[in-house]
Amino acid sequence: MRTVSRRLSGLRWRLAALTIAAFVCLPVAALILTAFEGSAGLWPHMLRYVLPTALRETLLLLLGVGMLTTLIGTTTAWIVTAYTFPGRRFLEWGLLLPLAVPTYIIAYAYLDILHPVGAVQGALRHLLGYSSPREFRLPDIRSMWGCIFLLGLVLYPYVYLTTRSMFLTQAANLVEVSRTLGNRRHDVFRRVALPLARPAIAVGVSLALMETLNDIGASEFLGVKTLTVSIYTSWVSRSDMPGAAQISLAMLVLVIGLVLIERHARRNQRYTATAQRPRAMTPSRLTGYRAAGAFVLCITPIVLGFVAPAVYLCAEAYKRYRFAGLSDRLLGEVVNTITVSTIATVVILLCGLVVAYAARTCPGRQTAIAARISTVGYAVPGTVLALGLLMPVGAFDRLLSSGAERYLGVSVGLLLLGSGSAIVLAYCVRFMAIATGGIEAGFSRISPSLDHAARMLGQTSAGVFRRIHLPLSKPALVSAGLLIFVDCMKELPATLLLRPLNFETLATHLYGEAARGTYEEASIAALLIVAIGILPVVVLSRVGRIERRETAAPTA
Amino acid sequence: MNIQLMKSDRHLELDGISRRFGNVQALDDVSLAVERGTVVCLVGHSGCGKSSLLRVIAGIEWPDHGRVLLDGREVSGAASHVEPENRNIGFMFQDYALFPHLSVTDNILFGLKRLGRRVARERCDEIIERLGLGHLAKRFPHMLSGGEQQRVALARALAPQPGIMLMDEPFSNLDRELRHVIRSETIDLLRELGTTVIMVTHDPEEALSAGDVVVLMRAGRIVQSGAGAELYERPSCPYAAEFFCSFNKVRTACRSGYAETPFGRFAAPGFADGEQATVYIRPQCLRVNCEGDGVECTVVDCELIGEIEQTSITVAALAEPLRVRSTDRSRLRKGDTARVSVAPEQVLIF
Repeated sequence: MRTVSRRLSGLRWRLAALTIAAFVCLPVAALILTAFEGSAGLWPHMLRYVLPTALRETLLLLLGVGMLTTLIGTTTAWIVTAYTFPGRRFLEWGLLLPLAVPTYIIAYAYLDILHPVGAVQGALRHLLGYSSPREFRLPDIRSMWGCIFLLGLVLYPYVYLTTRSMFLTQAANLVEVSRTLGNRRHDVFRRVALPLARPAIAVGVSLALMETLNDIGASEFLGVKTLTVSIYTSWVSRSDMPGAAQISLAMLVLVIGLVLIERHARRNQRYTATAQRPRAMTPSRLTGYRAAGAFVLCITPIVLGFVAPAVYLCAEAYKRYRFAGLSDRLLGEVVNTITVSTIATVVILLCGLVVAYAARTCPGRQTAIAARISTVGYAVPGTVLALGLLMPVGAFDRLLSSGAERYLGVSVGLLLLGSGSAIVLAYCVRFMAIATGGIEAGFSRISPSLDHAARMLGQTSAGVFRRIHLPLSKPALVSAGLLIFVDCMKELPATLLLRPLNFETLATHLYGEAARGTYEEASIAALLIVAIGILPVVVLSRVGRIERRETAAPTA
Repeated sequence: MNIQLMKSDRHLELDGISRRFGNVQALDDVSLAVERGTVVCLVGHSGCGKSSLLRVIAGIEWPDHGRVLLDGREVSGAASHVEPENRNIGFMFQDYALFPHLSVTDNILFGLKRLGRRVARERCDEIIERLGLGHLAKRFPHMLSGGEQQRVALARALAPQPGIMLMDEPFSNLDRELRHVIRSETIDLLRELGTTVIMVTHDPEEALSAGDVVVLMRAGRIVQSGAGAELYERPSCPYAAEFFCSFNKVRTACRSGYAETPFGRFAAPGFADGEQATVYIRPQCLRVNCEGDGVECTVVDCELIGEIEQTSITVAALAEPLRVRSTDRSRLRKGDTARVSVAPEQVLIF
């Protein structure tokens, strides 16, 4: 018999989990340090000139997006849950489709679709009998309103998903009871379902708002000077790192607020979830003009948020393809995108496995905290994250290269930044929550007695991991991996800021083209991103009720 | 030589085991010695610490204090810990814990990976044949009935030929009738193999019938341990008494070493004059007759429970009704008057 010191038992798992958690915290810690590095003289300038505008714009945007996503998300969720009408089955998953369109792509597409001399406005003028944009045009999409409208169109599915799952699992008994008490169905929505769904709405909206804060493309294309855009310009145009870090801190305060709202709401949600046995409510049948009305109401966000940009991108991509074929550059970008995303996905899954398994096999405060901390990255906007990562990564690179030159006499250059590893690190921090959450959920379906049985039958804890957990959580791993891969592939802000020179992914290429106002090949890149983005929608609609961050960010 | 034999026969020894989970003292200074080849039943209400004790023995949990010795060697102690996979212990779980992604054969082979492939295969075939699982070998756990799953779990735990078999409520998921058959089959097989068995159960009947040694636990402590008959007939405290039998209790005062009841005086050694005592009378030790000796009583209720008949009676001097159980049919009805008497040697006084 081999005896081990008791304190050392499980030490490797605990250490690994804590290391990963510490790594996730690294960017935020570095950010705080940098912010205070900046001369104190900068603060008044920041507070007087930069922050107020950026903060006002950001809050306005958050408010608008929050209201719009709530409106679209809850209305459509209620219609497809409480009523049945022709086309409902399609709408149930179709309403998730806008999730496939990243914010920067919808902005990119609509800038062209709604261009004053574009096809849509032209047709509208023709219909109304005007001949020139000077006589009649739609309000400019490049405005706060345009930004709210477009972000709302692609972010409402977060609210739709959480709210619908709430209606599906919670509402049945209460709705039926309130009907027997004499409420009509749409009174029920207002008086019972809506209050009931409030925590779910809060969760969905806070996720949508985190995406809003993360967005850099849409707000910049549409001329909204948000905090994110200010960070980006401080950094890129003025090379003012401490300044950027200071704005980032302001942003983190907002993020923490959102996370607190989300966590709080989730706690309530969990509380109610245990209070009742889930049972879906029986939808009532709609016919005639009511059915048509419901269908039109639900199809509109799909058409505006997915079909229109997708059709536009298809058409543009086809034109471009006919004109120039597929360039080598584009192929290179596809390879870059897939390489970086694949490496990141593998690394993230491995880290997630370690954290989740450590929490299971060595339960205790250390591993529980490690698991929670490893999930905080999802709320940190990409720009902020990139800024926070740049400092430690840059310091490491400089140390390494000077060391290599002094002792080995070779020049290695900037190892992490130059190789694109920094991007992978950023993805890890940002998307770790999907892995940890998904894998934890997968593990939770494996009875703990299986672990013990395997141990008693002679497996080490690593052997149990390999022979029991890995095969049994394969579905969870696959779907988490898919979600991570697609999120990595779509990621723009951190990639933009941390990529090596002349390294383009599909997303950064698109951003570059759109920022320059040249469109050229961007439509093909955008179409590819949207096409791959549909994959997780398929997964989500199959799983039906599992919201990707529902499992990704369990209550602390 | 005699001493040495005794020493080597001690298979498992627990020495002052304590374990705390948050505010709950799950195990509180538990000491127990188990001889090789005995069947020990840990019994108690849920939350009494019996499963925790089993997990400490298995090495899945650690004791905060105390030591676990296997064959005289410390496997859990203040500083050292032998991982569960290195203890040569078999464990059967309440939910059987069959690996859902492996067939019956692969489940059994799971614990044999340290042997060579051929030897493992032979051992697996042997155990499959012994337990009559041949027709199930290729199936997966979800295709098996409860009884079959239990058998596979047993086969899997036995395949590595463990010296000690730990079982956590191994029969509680089976139907009542099946449970009896499978329990006696399983215990017989384990006895035949000379395996030391430690079984956790909440069912007093199961503990009494299966265990050579029955260990009654409460709130993390051992209340009483010994042969089943001893615990049943001579419980050391009221808790132990009531755990195995639902007694009629008569509170009374003692006088000159006797407890006085309406049914007569019972020797109560150790009780001072005037001290309160409770007389415990088993329902089957009360006799109710239509006439003859005894105290007059009134029948309140008469209930037939299969083989036995339970009669509730009231006696003038006692506030609470008494329960009488008998295999005889008394033919009494509600409201009848009868006479009740007690066999004095079966009465307990605490």
